Order: sequence, then C-alpha cells, then structure tokens
Amino acid sequence: MSGHSGESFAELPVAPKPPLRRFHQARWDEPIIFEQSRPGRRGIAVPAAGVPAVELPESVRRAEPPKLPEMAQLHVLRHYVRLSQENLGVDQAIAVGQGTCTMKYSPKVNDRFVNDPKVAELHPLQPDDTVQGVLEVYWRMERMLAEISGMHRVSLQPASGSAAIYANIAMIRAYHASRGEGRQRDQVITTMFSHPSNAACAKTAGYEVITLMPDENGYPDIEALRAAVGPRTAALMITNPEDTGIFNPRIEEFVSLVHEAGGLACYDQANANGLLGITRAADAGFDLCHFNLHKTFSTPHACGGPAAGACGVSEALAPFLPGPTVEFDGAAYHLDADRPQSVGKMRPFLGVTPNVVRAYAWVMALGAEGLREVAETAVLNNNYLMHKVLRIPGASAHWDGGRVEQVRYSWQGLFEETGVHSEEIGVRAADFGVHYWTSHHPYLVPEPFTLEPTESYSQEDLDEYAAILAHVADEARRDPEYVRGAPYNQTVHKIDQTSLDDPKQWSPSWRAYTRKHLA
Amino acid sequence: MTHPYIPNAEPGVRADMLAAIGAASVEEFYAAIPAGLRLDRPLDLPAPMASEHELVAHMRGLLARNTDTTEALSFLGHGCYPHHVPAVCDEVNGRSEFLTAYAGEPYEDHGRFQAMFEYVSMMAELLEMDVVNVPTYDGYQASGTAIRMAARYTGRSKVLVSGAVSAEKMSKLRDFLAHDIEIVVAPVGAGGEIGEVEIDETFAAIYLETPNVYGVVETRGRELADLAHGVGALLVVSADPISLGVLAPPAAYGADIACGDIQSLGMHQSYGGGHAGYIATRDEERLVAEFPSRLFGIAPTAVPGEYGFGDVFYDRTSFAHREEGKEWVGTAAALWGITAGVYLALMGPEGMRELGETVLARTRYAMDRLAAAGARVLHPDAVHFREFAIEVPSAGELLAALRGRGIFGGVRLDDRTLLVCVTERHSKDDIDRLAAAVQEELS
Repeated sequence: MSGHSGESFAELPVAPKPPLRRFHQARWDEPIIFEQSRPGRRGIAVPAAGVPAVELPESVRRAEPPKLPEMAQLHVLRHYVRLSQENLGVDQAIAVGQGTCTMKYSPKVNDRFVNDPKVAELHPLQPDDTVQGVLEVYWRMERMLAEISGMHRVSLQPASGSAAIYANIAMIRAYHASRGEGRQRDQVITTMFSHPSNAACAKTAGYEVITLMPDENGYPDIEALRAAVGPRTAALMITNPEDTGIFNPRIEEFVSLVHEAGGLACYDQANANGLLGITRAADAGFDLCHFNLHKTFSTPHACGGPAAGACGVSEALAPFLPGPTVEFDGAAYHLDADRPQSVGKMRPFLGVTPNVVRAYAWVMALGAEGLREVAETAVLNNNYLMHKVLRIPGASAHWDGGRVEQVRYSWQGLFEETGVHSEEIGVRAADFGVHYWTSHHPYLVPEPFTLEPTESYSQEDLDEYAAILAHVADEARRDPEYVRGAPYNQTVHKIDQTSLDDPKQWSPSWRAYTRKHLA
Repeated sequence: MTHPYIPNAEPGVRADMLAAIGAASVEEFYAAIPAGLRLDRPLDLPAPMASEHELVAHMRGLLARNTDTTEALSFLGHGCYPHHVPAVCDEVNGRSEFLTAYAGEPYEDHGRFQAMFEYVSMMAELLEMDVVNVPTYDGYQASGTAIRMAARYTGRSKVLVSGAVSAEKMSKLRDFLAHDIEIVVAPVGAGGEIGEVEIDETFAAIYLETPNVYGVVETRGRELADLAHGVGALLVVSADPISLGVLAPPAAYGADIACGDIQSLGMHQSYGGGHAGYIATRDEERLVAEFPSRLFGIAPTAVPGEYGFGDVFYDRTSFAHREEGKEWVGTAAALWGITAGVYLALMGPEGMRELGETVLARTRYAMDRLAAAGARVLHPDAVHFREFAIEVPSAGELLAALRGRGIFGGVRLDDRTLLVCVTERHSKDDIDRLAAAVQEELS
C-alpha cells in the first residue's frame, strides 16, 4: 500500500448536498448495433441437427442471408447494458411525472416468482392437472378483483388496459346482439377526459363515438349526456376520476341515464389507485369495468408492456366473457371453453400470466387494510404534491374542487409570461433525473402536465420533484432560451424531429435509413 | 408496522403532510364521493402475508403444484413454442432500467428508443421490409390489424383467410373484424397447404400463414401474390420470424404486409405470457399511414455524430386523434421487442440459418420416426417447420398414456388428430423416446 501524498485541495467535512441533484444521464455515445458488426462473429451457438438435413425447394428457400449484426456475446450484452443505463425506471427515478399511468414500485420478490421455471417454463396447453398452481393464482386473483370491484366475474385475458377496453366493447356488442338490438345500438358515449382508447376502441368495433365535453366545473356535462342517450346508445365508456383527477360525484346519475335508455355503463378504472376499498364499480351500478394490472396492481411497465388488463362484469354480462374461463369445483381447477355466448379469444391462451402472478403476489402482500392504505396514501401524496406545485408561480390547476389521485395541471400562466411550452419544461426537468408528461391530445387544458404520485413515493421524493419544477419554472422566467435549448444533461442533445413526418426522409429502420441517407 | 411498499403510511409523516396541506384527515380528499357510494366495510380479501419470507413460502406452495416443461418432455406448440432462451435475453430484459420504465420520452429514455429502433431494424432485415412497428400485443392482434390495414388501404371489406389457421386465432379474427369485414375461408388442400382460391375485385386481401397451423410451409406464395395483385388486393402473410433464417421472407414472394408473433425470439413460454406481435410493410406512405402502432425513426440532434430518435408519422395514432386515429395504440409488449432484438443480435445471420436447419431436420426426423411407430403422419410430402399433425385412433387416450410416461405428447386438434412440436430443444434422443412410447401405446 502506498501513502496518500500530494497537496490537499479539499477539506473535511464534505459540504452538504446542493438543493437539486447534480444529475447526468449516462452518455455512452453508443453506435447503432449494425455499426458494431464484424463478419463471422457469433453471440450464441445453436444445437446441430444430428439427423439428416432437409433440402428446401427453391420456392421457399431464403436467397440471401439476413443482414443481421454479427457480434460476440459480451459485446451484445455490453451494448444493451449501456442502452439500459441510458433509460430511467421507477427503480432509479422519482416516477411521478407520468400521470394516468400509475407508476409505482414493482416489488422485486414478485419478479422471482415469474422467472421461476414453475411459471416461465409452463406451456399454456398443458393438461389442467399439471397447472393447478397457476390456475389457482388466476382463480384467486379473479375472486379478489371481483371483491375489489363488486363485479360478478372477471376475465384476466386482455393483454393491456386498451385491450381490456376493447374486450368490454366486444362484450357490449355481443350483449346487445343477443337481445336483437345489435344494429339499433350503434353509438358509444365517452368523455373527453377519459383515455383516448375508449373512443378509439369503440370506433374500431364499429361504433359512432359521442364525446362529452367538460362543463364549467370540469365534470363531464350531464346535460350533454341527457341529449346524447337514446335508443341508439350501446354504452357509456367513462373514467372516474377522469384524467383531470376530478371525481364525478354524479356518476350514479350518469349510469342511470344510460340504463334508462337501455344502454350499458362501462367503467374505465385505469385511475383506480385512489379508490381501492373506498368505492366500487358495482356500487355505482356499472355493468362492466376494467383494471390495468400494470398500473394499480404494480406490475412493471416494461418500457410499454407486456402489461395486463382485467375485465369485470355483472352477472348479465358474464356469458359473454372471453374464453376459456377458470373454474373451480371445490377440489380442482379447470378451464371451461364451452361457452356458447362468449366473445371468444381476445388474445392467445389465458392471459399475460407473469403479470397475473405478480399482481396476485402484490395483493397478497397487502390485504384489505394494505390496499386501503395504498389508496389513502396515493390520495394524500397527490394532494400534498398539488399543494406544493400550485405554489409555483405560473402553475395552475383548472377548476376548483378536490382531486383524487392525480392532477392535470397547466403552465398557461408561465407560458404567457415566458413563451416556454410545457413540453420544453418537461425536457429541462429531465436534466434533473425525472420524467414528466404533458397530456393526451387534444390539449383541452392549455400547456398541460399530469402528475400522479402513487403510494410508492416518500414525502422527500415529492419535495424534490416539486423543487425541480419550481427551479425550471424560475429558469424559464430568467432565461427562456436556455430552457428551450434543453436538454443538457442527457444521453443526447436537442433532437430535430422534423424529418420524422417527411416520407422522403423518415427512417423507421436502419434499412430505410441507409437506403435514404447513406446510399 | 409501516408497510414496506408505502413510505408515507408512517403516522408521523402522514400527520406532517396533512398539516402542510391544512387538512384534518385523508377523508377530506374523498369529499366528492357521495356517501351512498362509499364502501362501508373492509374489503373481504384473504389475510395478507406479513413478511416477504411468508409471501415466498405461500407462492412457492402454490407454484409447486405445477409440472413445468423442464420436468416433463413436452412436444406442445400450437402458437407457443419452447425454443431455447439465451441467458443474455433474460439478463437484458431483467435490467430494472428497462423493466420498470414507462414508455418514456426520447431524452431520459434514449436507451429504450435506441433498443426498440434496433429491434425493428433487425426485424426489417429478416423480413426484407423497411417498416416494422413497435410490437403490438401478440400475433393474433398483428393478424387482425394487418387485415384491417389492407381493408383501409384498398377501401374494400372482404378478406380471404387461409383455412389452415388455428381455431383460436380464427375466433379472434372473427370478433375483431366482425362489424365490417367479411371473412371468406379458403379450403385447405390435401397436401396441407392452402387449397384453390378464388378472389375478385371486392377482396381487400388474401391472408396466408406459413408455416401454417399444421406446420406446413406454404410454397405458392408468389402465385397468391400475383393473384391478389391482379385484382388490386394485397397479400398479407403471417410468418414466424424464427423460420426466416432458412425460409424466404414474405416480401421475397410479393407479400405487401407481413405479420406474426415474436414469442419464438427469446421469450419463455410463461403459460402464454411471452407473446408480442409484429407488422411490417414496405416504405410506402399510404401503407405506413395505416399502422395504428408507434413507429420509431432516427433523427439528427444538435451535435454531429449523435443519433436521436422519435415517433414517425405520429399523426396516424389514437394518441394524437382519439377515434379519428387508426384503431388504437397503448401499452402493448415493448420489452419483448427489445428482447427479440437481443436474440437476433446474438444469433446473427448464421445462427438463424443453423437454427432453421436444425428445426427443419428434426421435424422431418420426428415425422419419419412417428410414421414408423404406427401413427399416420398427415401431409407427409409437404415441407414442415417445427410442427406436424398425426392421426391416431384416439388422441385423448394416446395423450393420457404418454402423460403417464412423463411426456406431453402434443396438442389435441380433434378426437383423432394431434399436433406435435419439435424445436432445437428436442434432441434426437427425445424424439426417439417419444416415438418408442407412441409405438408401444399404439401396438
């Protein structure tokens, strides 16, 4: 061991941390994977046939080998580890900035269950008696979600929240068809602050979409609903609280109006995190609902899926559920595919099993009391963060009244003062190691941003997030051009996006890029 | 005890935060919910596990009741396939920076954009098509959307669908296309390929699968493309990308849209949890306009030598235009796309070719061995990839008997027909063991 020589240039104790984190995102300056290829290298070996080869007829034989990268194993791994470091997950960052998406901690122990061969190496068409464990998880999860929603039965087949919305619409369509009203009921009513997939899935399924706009208090306009419902109404597809975070207190009236017209009421529970154990879909009279397991029930967002959706239905809608269903006869679990009125398959097999397993384990780690604590804490966190954000000059929340688990805010004041847009604030905020999202389109709330601080975040996290926003808003006031030039502490600098909408230039693959720009 | 997942449930913190807001209790935040809608009792749920250790014991107890495919010798396929998953695939998709991130924005989640761009780019090379989507849910959805894209592109509302498609996928297509697209099912020919087809100017597309539900590789792709194009329709082909190291990609014989499932490319079977769908086209603006999914492209940054990324032609989507966008887009299966990219980078062109050759050869070997064992192999003259059907006196009885020998012998298609799946994971000895067992049971 050598001594520590040389002149001292810093003193103990180490100074306190500055108010804001001196974050810098990883910047590996990583080439595109194709640029790292060298002919003849290999990342993995494949078993040789060991039996006579098959000669393919020319009509089906590949003529040219695919131009895939050729790399050694370490270099493939290193490339992707570097890219992963240039990404922000809940495990690193304070992920309160993706409102509507309920970013929460996904317990590590739950990943262990799904990586176990007892889940990972199960084939979905094994005999029922060899998969009793996984069927029991599906069954128990279904029963727990039925209790949480008050609905009669639950399907865990849909692959995501939007897929669950679509599955609900498919059931609504089958229900009306079974009553001879399929053609007559050709309209679906939704609201502007419900997720766009409610409108888009209904349209894909053939419905005319009627969108209710908010009234002067931010609630969906009940007079507009009164005018819209009638013999053509198939269903109301509605979120509550909406993406504004505002709970519609007249929701029962909304449901009743639709029922009186012979339509069904379908509850998009993407925003359920503040309501667990507080209020239930069935109690407001809904016929169908859905949850996102990757939101409220903690499964990881995985850069945008795999996710999982759960559709809850009343007894009248149960015959139409996607099949097969999991059934329990008191001794064993089995799959029931003999359901003549079922809408059929929404996706392959039973569902996104790893996420069903994770969600089940999450509920089993919390129980009834824990779920209620999740809801209350999410709501407390949201109101605390709102209290702090609304003290930042230039930030506001349209409409008075309370918020449940999220808030759609506005930087309208700041924009009018500085000319800096909400998107630009978000990019600059990322320089401090956080993510931030505006809103879906159209921007009914001007210069929007949507925050949802779930139960996972500490008071200190919320203070830090609010301090970052306050700092960036202050920067915008002092030096708007500096904010507009962001990012500064990211993997790459400001991106010129104009080519992405130009068919002559756009490059949705390396193949297209080399053809258009490197030829 | 404050729950480990809920930091602010700690009573002191909670009081502190309420005081900061000026609220007496959390109840104030629920004031908008009418009393009549409030649940007036605790949820009736099972008692929770009090510690992580107890949760692990509970889950282990449940999952121990499963027999997985490393414990039995499984020949199950039919849409979910037991290919080897390279360790590096699991390593990358287990990275918590990827696993726990949201879809993200191009700056703080640059890594995810690049990894996804590279996935679509490697798929584009495999498919010889310039445009590939950020994955949709699964191959079923990819097929449904590809057909809808063809219908929108041509302005027509009829599609000829190969009859050699699984009943389950057909169920999905019938629901998804129900209200405005008529499905005409093409017969299956005696050889196991699509039979004679007739279409006219009212058809939007011919939809073909290869390898099809019987594992048969379709050989008349060029003829079907010409037939479709002759009446102004498109050829849509669903192809498993894992076969494309040896089989010609759909574009090579004139397909306009390729689609399929990528579970084979590095995803575990996971009781059906490893699925994701791809859709690919040539770089034609009118076709690109019909994608509902996000498409990622390269964009320059303010600094020379930096690759930025972003959404190509975002204005197509329901994120931009709600019901006026194309179908819908949302969280789907991004991480499986990243994983499939890792898989293709590990394999490279040679690995994909060798894997294809091994699967072709072992499939043929298994067909020959089961024929010799007394099963009637269907479509024996066709080229098969990974799967083939056999006819036996009783599919149920044979499967039950094999089960007793620790073998999941195949998927029952009907009372007398079984579908057998063979991949590079099945050694010659495994196949011999199946054949010997079948021979004993049938004799």
